[in-house]
Amino acid sequence: MNKKNIEKQDFGKVVLNEIVGGDPKAKKQKKSVWKAIQIPVLAIITGLFIGAILIAATSETVYAAFREGFFTGLGQAFKEIGTAYLALITGSLGNPVSIVAALKSGDAAAIRSAVNPFLESLVQSTPYIFAGLACALGFRAGLFNIGVEGQLFMGAALATYVGYSITGLPVYIHLPLAILAGALGGAIWASIPGILKVTTGGNEVINCIMMNYIAYRITTFLLTGPMSRPGTGGMPVSPIIQKTAEIPQFFQTPIRFHAGFLLALLVAFAVWWVLFKSTWGLNLRTVGTNPRAAKYAGLSIAKTTILGMALSGALAGLAGANEILAVNRSMAIGLSSGYGFDSIALALLGNSHPVGVILAALLFGVLKNGATRMMVVSAIPIDIVTIIQALILIFVAAPAIIRSIYRMRKVKEESIATVTLSSWGGGK
Amino acid sequence: MAPILQLKGITKQFPGVLANDHIDLTLNKGEILALLGENGAGKSTLMNILYGLYQPDEGEILVNDKKVTIHSPTDAIKTGIGMVHQHFMLIPVFTVTENVMLGSEPVKAGDFLDRPKTADKIREISRQYKLEVNPDDRVEDLPVGVQQRVEIIKLLYREAEILIFDEPTAVLTPQEADELFLIMRSLVKQGKSIIFITHKLREVLDVADRITVIRRGKVVGQADPKTANKNELAEMMVGRAISLVVQKEVKAPGKIVLSVKDLVVADQMKQMVVDHVSFDVHAGQVLGVAGVQGNGQTELVEAVTGLRKSVSGSVDFGGTEITNASPRKITSLGSAHVPEDRQADGLVLPFTVAENLVLCTYYQEPFAKGVVLQYDKILENSISLVKDFDIRTPSPLTAVGTLSGGNQQKVIIARELSRPIQLLVASQPTRGLDVGSIEYIHKRIVQKRDEGCAVLLISPELDEIIELSDRIAVMYRGKIIATVNADNVTKETLGLLMAGIVPEKIESAPNGEKVVETTF
Ligand SMILES: Nc1ncnc2c1ncn2[C@@H]1O[C@H](COP(=O)(O)OP(=O)(O)OP(=O)(O)O)[C@@H](O)[C@H]1O
Ligand SMILES: [Mg+2]
Repeated sequence: MNKKNIEKQDFGKVVLNEIVGGDPKAKKQKKSVWKAIQIPVLAIITGLFIGAILIAATSETVYAAFREGFFTGLGQAFKEIGTAYLALITGSLGNPVSIVAALKSGDAAAIRSAVNPFLESLVQSTPYIFAGLACALGFRAGLFNIGVEGQLFMGAALATYVGYSITGLPVYIHLPLAILAGALGGAIWASIPGILKVTTGGNEVINCIMMNYIAYRITTFLLTGPMSRPGTGGMPVSPIIQKTAEIPQFFQTPIRFHAGFLLALLVAFAVWWVLFKSTWGLNLRTVGTNPRAAKYAGLSIAKTTILGMALSGALAGLAGANEILAVNRSMAIGLSSGYGFDSIALALLGNSHPVGVILAALLFGVLKNGATRMMVVSAIPIDIVTIIQALILIFVAAPAIIRSIYRMRKVKEESIATVTLSSWGGGK
Repeated sequence: MAPILQLKGITKQFPGVLANDHIDLTLNKGEILALLGENGAGKSTLMNILYGLYQPDEGEILVNDKKVTIHSPTDAIKTGIGMVHQHFMLIPVFTVTENVMLGSEPVKAGDFLDRPKTADKIREISRQYKLEVNPDDRVEDLPVGVQQRVEIIKLLYREAEILIFDEPTAVLTPQEADELFLIMRSLVKQGKSIIFITHKLREVLDVADRITVIRRGKVVGQADPKTANKNELAEMMVGRAISLVVQKEVKAPGKIVLSVKDLVVADQMKQMVVDHVSFDVHAGQVLGVAGVQGNGQTELVEAVTGLRKSVSGSVDFGGTEITNASPRKITSLGSAHVPEDRQADGLVLPFTVAENLVLCTYYQEPFAKGVVLQYDKILENSISLVKDFDIRTPSPLTAVGTLSGGNQQKVIIARELSRPIQLLVASQPTRGLDVGSIEYIHKRIVQKRDEGCAVLLISPELDEIIELSDRIAVMYRGKIIATVNADNVTKETLGLLMAGIVPEKIESAPNGEKVVETTF
């Protein structure tokens, strides 16, 4: 009797602590946050470190300095690395000195160009957020949506069409319509492999890749044919969208920061809510984690799979629509710099969690934006940044490397609680 | 002679649970040590530490009086420790030989795998220890009992001296279990040493040389199987007296709740595995389906619960035709299902206990309003069920996959029995449970029956079937070859029926019910 009582009390306390993160557990909680982010953080640091070595090793001047003497060489190497990374940081986050100076001078144009690097990074991050969410949602539903790129193109095409062809609508109708058209385009394109998977058992990975090829060709055809801009002599670009379909930019040139970034945050919140707070999300996650138990629980695997693909595709379509409506304002063939493929990496880096995806997307945006600056300032090829990105991803995807570098203990016991990507490799 | 294995002060802390609390254990050469303990006592954790899957927080392991550190299963094998897992680690499409070779492939000159050599060695091992297998069979074609033998051969092939069996009999039929015991005996006779975990007290008394009992992570006592009896052991494990007999009053059956007529079900290979089966289950009645595993019970249950399409025939539940209806429809009509394979069908392992406790109902009030999940209600529900069903978990927000096997089963039972239901389909509801929990779950099933619920119980355990059932249908090769009244049937008769032999005269039921419904 007595024993039971004690147990009951303990139990209530445990639950309470879990919910409010009460103080006895505060320390543990902090530890577990660190646990969750330690691999990505260490991966970034390691990636930058190896990047530094590469910067030095590929620089002619460093070699020249080494020929003069070891320490001269070393000094030159550090100098090169310093300039490069400084350029990377100021190019992506801004230079505090010039920001302060601009603010003091009170000159609007100066202020704009001083804070632009940071805002431009956000602009660059926006499509990454959408695309990363697309992939993350797929993973949660047990689907390996490698077709984000194709869905992005189809979404962009539909959004462009709605954007330029319809006239005379007020902004508050036209803009949402164009955005939804983007989502719809992606959703339709993604549901095709979804439907193929449930009706024929066709592997979604293969089919998504094929759908990517088809999407490229279709958009090329559209842009050179039915959707080509009159008077360009067959250049593959679309007409410019109507003013009423534009996602607004907030500032004057050179700042391109636009409402699409805020939309991306909103959508990320919505994805989080759907995944973790709604029955739809629980359906998706149940099917994604254990299809047999999902069937037992009465879910329709077929319906849920198609829905999962469609939702994932809708997010991919939003990535495309965002680029058109907020940044480019017309569609061209070089619309995406591989956002669709990077999205897999983003989802992985962000542990398929919307917050993680946002952070990963910010990182990618910062690196991409800073890389341009780095190239200008220190003549370091932009490819170095691509290599750094790739290294970071390898370290995230193969955490054993990071663990052995930093001699971390294996955490086999916890592995059960992490997300399982049952569809990796595409199996059923 | 020094003991072959000594564990000293082994301690392992998991978030929220002290799974092992300074455990001392000795294993002598050539003996079978049985490890007894209730669900969640920490047996599997201790064995996983020994096998290098977990690292202890404290304590040391001595093999032949020498201190060893075991970081991985590879280390364990090197030290001579092998483990037969409850979930086999075999590759189904490989042959026995290939599975045994895996991980320690012998190569001939020129880098070719030396299959014949391994096959020969397997034959030698199987002769020496009476482990009958054919090295060239594909593993997926073998029955579970033989697959387990392959696991054992794998260990012997790697020259393991200490063998760990974690609930090996949970997946076996009683016949297969008896064969396993013969094998274990022959192993220890030839100098191997065995640690054996089971919840079945009969098995412990039959094969063990020594018994160590663990409760809540601590060793609480030793027992000698020659002098101990079941009740004593049960009490030692659970810490209170246990009644091993089910109290059940005779009740007149109510109206028909589940009616199955001429049901035919095929398996994946389009073989007819349920062959024109008909039966009724009445309100307030338990119909037990006995039979050696693999005689169509699994498919019968899947067809009744909507998990598998039937070929022909009909299923009627409380006046509604549910032939080939979706599981959700059948569930919403008031049926509950305890599935045979808990990890594959019954649970989503990475999800929390709370979420798993509403797996079939989360889309309904009060757990959802529209599409919005009501996590406070889900949590409240789980807190009360965890308490009612004595589920040992650090918190309802723990991932269900980290619970001990028995506690995972309790999560399913709690979920299914806590709903208002007219029909309960229970496949091996007490698989892997300790005696205390079995007692409790039997009570709950009988209570459901007394409330007027119809119960379809499938179990290969004759004791369980006889204790709980009002009537017993025996399945053999897809047919129900006899239906008998549970009050006046003996284990022997059932045993014969399960082997497909229908005795000339089966004692007829008092209510004049036709007892032998179909013959061949
Ligand atoms: N990986 C893990 N993470 C967290 N807790 C765990 C983990 N593995 C086991 N536990 C906890 O440790 C305790 C002991 O579990 P263990 O599996 O050793 O029990 P057991 O004696 O084998 O029980 P059963 O008879 O039910 O199999 C349980 O409370 C369980 O919840
Ligand atoms: Mg166990």
